[in-house]
Amino acid sequence: MSLSTEDVARIAKLARIRVTQDEIVAYQSQLNGIFGLIEAMQAVDTAGIEPMSHAQDLFQRLRADEVTEPDRKAAFQAIAPQTENGLYLVPKVIE
Amino acid sequence: MTHATLKSLSASLSEGTVSSLELCQDYLARIQTLNVSLNAFITVDADKTLAEARAADALRAAGQGGLLTGVPIAHKDIFCAEGWLTTCGSKMLSNFVSPYDAHVIEQFKAAGMPCLGKTNMDEFAMGSSNETSFYGPVRNPWDTERVPGGSSGGSAACVAARMAPAATGTDTGGSIRQPAALCGITGLKPTYGVVSRYGMIAFASSLDQGGPMAQTAEDCGLLLNVMAGFDRRDSTSLERPQEDYTRLLGQPLAGLKIGLPREFFGAGLLGDTAKAVEAAIDQFRKMGAETVEVGLPNSGLSVAAYYVLAPAEASSNLSRFDGVRYGYRSSEYRDLTDMYEKTRAEGFGNEVKRRIMIGAYVLSHGYYDAYYIQAQRLRRLIANDFTAAFQQCDVILSPTAPTTAFKLGEKTADPVEMYLSDIYTIAVNLAGLPGMSLPCGFDARGLPIGLQLIGNYFDEARMLGVAHQYQLATDWHIRAPTL
Repeated sequence: MSLSTEDVARIAKLARIRVTQDEIVAYQSQLNGIFGLIEAMQAVDTAGIEPMSHAQDLFQRLRADEVTEPDRKAAFQAIAPQTENGLYLVPKVIE
Repeated sequence: MTHATLKSLSASLSEGTVSSLELCQDYLARIQTLNVSLNAFITVDADKTLAEARAADALRAAGQGGLLTGVPIAHKDIFCAEGWLTTCGSKMLSNFVSPYDAHVIEQFKAAGMPCLGKTNMDEFAMGSSNETSFYGPVRNPWDTERVPGGSSGGSAACVAARMAPAATGTDTGGSIRQPAALCGITGLKPTYGVVSRYGMIAFASSLDQGGPMAQTAEDCGLLLNVMAGFDRRDSTSLERPQEDYTRLLGQPLAGLKIGLPREFFGAGLLGDTAKAVEAAIDQFRKMGAETVEVGLPNSGLSVAAYYVLAPAEASSNLSRFDGVRYGYRSSEYRDLTDMYEKTRAEGFGNEVKRRIMIGAYVLSHGYYDAYYIQAQRLRRLIANDFTAAFQQCDVILSPTAPTTAFKLGEKTADPVEMYLSDIYTIAVNLAGLPGMSLPCGFDARGLPIGLQLIGNYFDEARMLGVAHQYQLATDWHIRAPTL
């Protein structure tokens, strides 16, 4: 497998990372190197092996549906880039 | 005093021969002198540290101190600490003063241990040399032209340079053990789920685990007693009875079965490291342990599987850094997407971007089964290898890293070469097992060499006991760089 410059541009778009043409070329060669390492996996026949998503066989713990956290809205909004009237501000999405 | 272990600092504090305030002043003075050249700390705040030291002294004076009350500790800058700048080594969090404490920080505060500062690290814990930090590389105290390892490089370097008696670290693929080895200190990654990840900035959630870094195994045991414990705010935190991780320190090694994985003693192992590890094995035999060859046949693919799984999880975890609720935001943008893309392009460094992109790719439509699921299947095979090996032995021994500390810039051009620094440590994270590194010698240049011990699930106490017995018979862990 080898990633094209178009592939790299598409991945960067998926990852919401702006890249310049020069960066695309650099990432293409670095990512292809890394995928060269990863491709070694394909040599192993893993048919019938249960995928292991986690280090332990965990199940999700449940808790009673009650309020446990204090209201820290002011402290959390104080570190935001931009807020107004208790809301986080971002550029307009819908005209 | 700054060269003492936690254990002896604890004794001095309880005898009253030193106060926490004096101790913290000594360490802060040493940090001020040495950090200029080593860059082990991102943030130091003497006023905060000294206020905590005074509070610790007051607790002791009131007879309410615990074993470690007043002993200072440095925290990796991945742990959110209320009121402290918490950067995770990234420009993205260069303005993030945490509004809350990580569980680990809460635990150390409750134990009365003052925070000496926040240690430098690879950006978002992605790196094996500390060179990906936005705040500049940490330098190895044994040779400042060389790297300290990573990602907990600042923590390892500050303990090695005796700028702190102990530090916290995190380990996703070797980030406690590899820098511990390269800096000549002792570090432990617990069984996955033993230490809460709440407030520990996430890299790859199914692999990340916090742990202690200190001069000795005994100190690591004392620290793990503080760090470990159930926390309902981490859904993977395990509900287990509290245990004393130092309870087996005195256990003799007679009859202990040490497994030596043949795959870790192959061609990749170079001269001085191979010799030092062989000498350590002889030492263990002399102390009554038996060795048995074991096989970890799928371990050779652990790096490949890891570089699918860890980036996949990272791409999801790091999607939260969007410039909306906290952290860096680009100054100019046209619309929302433009803001996201510029914020992330400017806020993340290259290694982080590479890993996010790998993750986005392996999780994307059409590639998910070939990469992500295949890597998860390999992860199962790798974990099964350990289960089989532990049928034949009590602990597994190997080198921690294939080489000693390498030069700054030596491996930055080729990400793949850097990734291979973790060939002996990554499989342990994939399986979720506990592992540790302890000093076992020096190479011809005088650089420290680390020995890795891998334990069965929840066998930290025995592993620490084995390491402690070794440290009673050797003095590698006592040696400190001349600075």
